[in-house]
Amino acid sequence: MTEEQTVRYSRQILLEGVGRVGQEKLLSSRVLLIGAGGLGAPLALYLVAAGVGTLGIADSERLDLSNLQRQVLFTTDDIGRPKAEAARAKLKRLNPDVEIEIHSERVTAENVMTTIRDYHFIVDATDNLSTKFLINDACVLSARPFSHGGLLRFEGQAMTYVPGAACYRCIHGSPPPKAAVPSSSEVGVLGAVAGMLGSIQAAEALKYLLGIGDLLTNRVLTLNALTMEQRMVRTKRNLHCAVCGSHRSIRSPGERGQVGRRWPDTRST
Amino acid sequence: MTISVNGKPTLIETPRTTVTDILVLHNVRSPEVVSVQLNGDFLEHRNFASTYLDDGDEVEILYFMSGGERG
Repeated sequence: MTEEQTVRYSRQILLEGVGRVGQEKLLSSRVLLIGAGGLGAPLALYLVAAGVGTLGIADSERLDLSNLQRQVLFTTDDIGRPKAEAARAKLKRLNPDVEIEIHSERVTAENVMTTIRDYHFIVDATDNLSTKFLINDACVLSARPFSHGGLLRFEGQAMTYVPGAACYRCIHGSPPPKAAVPSSSEVGVLGAVAGMLGSIQAAEALKYLLGIGDLLTNRVLTLNALTMEQRMVRTKRNLHCAVCGSHRSIRSPGERGQVGRRWPDTRST
Repeated sequence: MTISVNGKPTLIETPRTTVTDILVLHNVRSPEVVSVQLNGDFLEHRNFASTYLDDGDEVEILYFMSGGERG
């Protein structure tokens, strides 16, 4: 570590469990951020500021005026620019130590395995459930840890997967019909809530890389910003999980697995 | 009987109360938008209406949340 780096990271080097050894670990770590949006903006800022050596950014969109209310990494003059590129320019100014790798193609069933392959930790900061399931399945199948973050209006949830722990599919089964779950463009989202959840995900990534603390594994944290109530839901592996259960039916990302979602016609009372 | 819903004790006076009834009580507009853990176990959606609750059961309702950006 250079003298400048010692000063730059001094406040976290001071922390028990970090130190110079931990900082060296961060500097040699590779994290992939999928989605440079409301969750991804604070995530990228904190990971880069903390000196995560390489940050991959997967995002295929261009910045829109309506993004700026919550995507605090960007500024008004970035409107129209590809977000991954605009993010790299901003993040390099924040911390020139950090390498930024851009993945400008949309993450799909075809490319997800090769996209995540070279990273130590994956962060799901995407806005749609089908990609969340895709990331989960790819990470489970390739034994990669990842952090999940989700937002809905004034609420958010986060969980962390490491091989052997409950995965996103253990908890949520299979994606609901597309129309059933609203997106932030339909029902809105408070930027500060995205910031809270993105910061939680950044802390999880850093804890994993440093090997400290207790991760959000086998539990889901939910946070309601209107009441400021937090809930920790204990979860466990689902033996019937389609991707990590004992009779798994998903063998490559993008497969639907066994879908058993149905709303019964009659309701017993 | 008293069950726990999202960590809060809830007194249920109707006999033969199902998971579906609890979702209705909690204003879940469609069962498709949530996952339910019953005593820590994932519950298939198709079993919501046929799963009767017992005294002391713990029900956790987790909404599907997307958010973030496309990626």
